[in-house]
Amino acid sequence: MRTHRPERENWDVSEDDDGLKHTPLYDLHVSLGAKMVPFAGYDMPVQYPLGVLKEHQHTRAKAGLFDVSHMGQVVLRAKDPEAAKRALEALVPVDVLGLGEGRQRYAFFTNDHGGIEDDLMIANRGDHLFVVVNAACKAADIARMRAALEPEVTVKEITTRALLALQGPAAEAVLAEHYPNITNMKFMDVETLPLGGAECWVSRSGYTGEDGFEISVPEAAAVDLAKALLAHEDVEPIGLGARDSLRLEAGLCLYGHDIDSSTTPVSAQLTWAMQKVRRPGGDRAGGFPGADEIFSELAESCAQKRVGLRPDGRAPMREGVEIFASEEGGEAVGRVTSGGFGPTVGGPVAMGYVSSALATEGTQLYGEVRGKRLLVTVAKLPFVPQGFKR
Amino acid sequence: MKFTEEHEWLDADGDVVTVGITEHAAEQLGDVVFVELPEVGTSVNKDDEVVVIESVKAASDILAPIDGEIVEVNEAIVEDPGKVNDDPQGAAWFFKIKAEDASQMDDLMDEAAYKDFIG
Repeated sequence: MRTHRPERENWDVSEDDDGLKHTPLYDLHVSLGAKMVPFAGYDMPVQYPLGVLKEHQHTRAKAGLFDVSHMGQVVLRAKDPEAAKRALEALVPVDVLGLGEGRQRYAFFTNDHGGIEDDLMIANRGDHLFVVVNAACKAADIARMRAALEPEVTVKEITTRALLALQGPAAEAVLAEHYPNITNMKFMDVETLPLGGAECWVSRSGYTGEDGFEISVPEAAAVDLAKALLAHEDVEPIGLGARDSLRLEAGLCLYGHDIDSSTTPVSAQLTWAMQKVRRPGGDRAGGFPGADEIFSELAESCAQKRVGLRPDGRAPMREGVEIFASEEGGEAVGRVTSGGFGPTVGGPVAMGYVSSALATEGTQLYGEVRGKRLLVTVAKLPFVPQGFKR
Repeated sequence: MKFTEEHEWLDADGDVVTVGITEHAAEQLGDVVFVELPEVGTSVNKDDEVVVIESVKAASDILAPIDGEIVEVNEAIVEDPGKVNDDPQGAAWFFKIKAEDASQMDDLMDEAAYKDFIG
């Protein structure tokens, strides 16, 4: 048997094992029997003894606990909280000023060509903004925010907190045992709550398509909180492997794969995250990097679009698989940017970019796998129903 | 039963050899979600890629361990790839090959040597 490393498996970046950082939960992962792999400079659990497939299914059925402490947590603070919001709007095509206290919103940093430099979550925590960015991009994101926002706004990376995600239909009931009023939170609400005896910054959100919570917890209290959550019979620890298949079925983009500096919010089909007020005709239209490019794409469409792809057969179509319009000949009309087996779907699922003319749901295309062109159908995203509590 | 460094097992019955992957290999692969088998009647040479196997993590090939002709394949693992994780050294065999030269198996490891090999 000869195993091919997936071309760019997101948790399997080629890095030396030396100098990898540990999250506050590292020892807990090892004690739980996790297989650790390098990811974005951290030694992270890719799976536990349960295995990727069962971890995925458990999260959809009950609740899974994820360590996402490698992600960047950043506080933006100004004397006038409105000033911080206004300043951040210069970096994202998103309505930050209109984000109410105790609410969170998805956003992305754009570049001068309208490409996406990273995607992030912005929370309005009253007297400051709390931003969560991707691990691999955090140094660049912080530098970008410092350059654009300081000195009026202070940009402070929070390195003394772990970040946990509890995801799945049982997540609310599990957390309610620690804080009964958690049931009052709605999707994308943020609150400061005492969990495990510590001040936690909690949002009702996640990256699995399920209901769930992300919990920023002081590192000194992180292991105890994680253990307390894992003590519940409905909670299992979940690694990066299942995190990837869960988010793929949920149609959520992975930065560096489904979106990057060359894909725009229009081609990535993320314009839902650009509120009217920042679009042409809006009160605060434009004013972010690449606004002209993005607006012209909004008006005239773009060459390629991100779509869901459902292979007709059983063979997974992984990242890098080229998409063709016909069974033989012709140039590639697109490519897969994320793909694999969807345990909940019970078959292969993928997403990728195809020519806009071929991006209509139901269009039959071909993915070239090991030299063979196999049928694949443009499909609606997400592949599984969302479990959010709105 | 004989073992290869590529983590395959071979079980000879006369000149017909049943081939599968070891428990160690199945564990390393993780949950198997796709198997593509060769066609019966195919003639193969040692080290030809004869089977594609995909797990939740990666794609792998099974190489022909010896020269010969594929005489039977296990369609049950195509229908239910999870069987490969459940019983890799039993019910989840991959194919049977009619050996051209059974002496090609002489250099393969026995079970004790394979156990040493995987540490």
